[in-house]
Amino acid sequence: MIEIRNISKRFRKLQVLNNVSLLLQKGECVALIGPNGCGKTTLLKSVLGMVLPDQGQILFNGKTISRDNHYRAQIGYMPQIGRYPENMTIGQVIDMVRSIRNSAGPEDNDLYERFAIGSMVDKKMRTLSGGTTQKVSATLAFMFSPQVLILDEPTAGLDPVAAEILKEKIIDLRDKGCLIIITSHLLNELEDMVSEVVFMQEGNLILHKNVRELKEMTGKETLAKSVVELLKT
Amino acid sequence: MKRILKYVALDILKNRIVLAYALMLALFSWSAFGLESNASKGVLTVLNIILLTVPLVSVLFATIYVYNSSEFIELLVSHPVKRGMIWTSLFVGVSLSLVLAFLLGAGIPVLLFADIGTAVMMILTGSFLSVIFVAVAFLASILTRDKAKGIGISIMLWLYFSLLFDGIVLFLFFQFSEYPIEKAVVLLSALSPVDLSRILILLHLDVSAMMGYTGAVFKNFFGTQWGLVLSFAVLTLWVVLPFMASLRKFNRKDL
Repeated sequence: MIEIRNISKRFRKLQVLNNVSLLLQKGECVALIGPNGCGKTTLLKSVLGMVLPDQGQILFNGKTISRDNHYRAQIGYMPQIGRYPENMTIGQVIDMVRSIRNSAGPEDNDLYERFAIGSMVDKKMRTLSGGTTQKVSATLAFMFSPQVLILDEPTAGLDPVAAEILKEKIIDLRDKGCLIIITSHLLNELEDMVSEVVFMQEGNLILHKNVRELKEMTGKETLAKSVVELLKT
Repeated sequence: MKRILKYVALDILKNRIVLAYALMLALFSWSAFGLESNASKGVLTVLNIILLTVPLVSVLFATIYVYNSSEFIELLVSHPVKRGMIWTSLFVGVSLSLVLAFLLGAGIPVLLFADIGTAVMMILTGSFLSVIFVAVAFLASILTRDKAKGIGISIMLWLYFSLLFDGIVLFLFFQFSEYPIEKAVVLLSALSPVDLSRILILLHLDVSAMMGYTGAVFKNFFGTQWGLVLSFAVLTLWVVLPFMASLRKFNRKDL
């Protein structure tokens, strides 16, 4: 579904992505992990066309994404830190995205209801707490029934109840055949969601493995322990 | 484009600065025409106010607006919208509202008091100046991520076009006064949209008779139809070139 071919990106002197290639398929739930500043967010933003790689190509359903924007109709993106126009209310932001997306498909208002966004539509974005902003981001990402979900640290800042709701939603969509890409540092939390692990370090892709294979390889029972084991060696 | 433009326009309307700008222009223009005994003098006063304030307000407001829209831009780029569309909508939204404010504030009194030729010329050049300085502001604000630096660049550009450039031309005029440089000055004036606008309007007034030989050369050039067409072509270039440069940069920017 998404094929990343040898992309490299450099910000001034810093090589953020170094010849990264990756193939992601439908129905997978991919955990993108690695230390801070290893290029995870840059990789995700390249897929979204927000960062333009210096070299390499990204294919979405077999078509290159450069100079295209229609493919983004099939992606829901939840940024790490959602930044929204400060003077707009939650309702206005949702309406605006809705009108700009102009999607004909049915809307998925599951998260909208479960996060009780409806009761705060008149609140200005400026006044929201970090967690509430995350809830708005999540709602927007899932609202248009996308085939691909790109979630950058989705549960950071959410309270345990909201995090659980989001997790359920992610598992639900994974089972429906969506491709889900998550970055997170909370390995325990990823345990029951992810099917694939991608590990990055200093802009290089170190490993891309199925979770089951990874556990067999390291001989550990949980994802967290396997990754720690892997890091030691 | 229409959809994005709608949100930009609504946002600018809500922020009352443009409204205040229109009121300020109206206040200046009405009092200038009210205080001066003859309309021609009033036109001169209004001309000076327009040439100073319109570029300043346009360049500052547009620069700050672009920086404050960074969240808006960031929100939209991850959705299926062309990048160029976002930038163009912002540009059109800001330009339109500033032109509208100018027309409401200064356009109405100028139309009422000045003779029709001068009034049309003033309205056209004022509108062009608004859009030109919005384009310059867009270029300045895409050059750097730092807001303070961006606003600094904008103010510098305004100072250059409104004050410094005149100084340079005057200096050259005196230095080379023994040579026939009148034609060169005509060329030089195209390098600053503010000066070009000033000349275009002054030629419509009686005072142009007092500009001596240079005035005659100006009249010979700018007074003709070709001169006029050429002048407006240059003004259009002043909009298109900075905006296109900024658009190119925006399309390649990492957000």
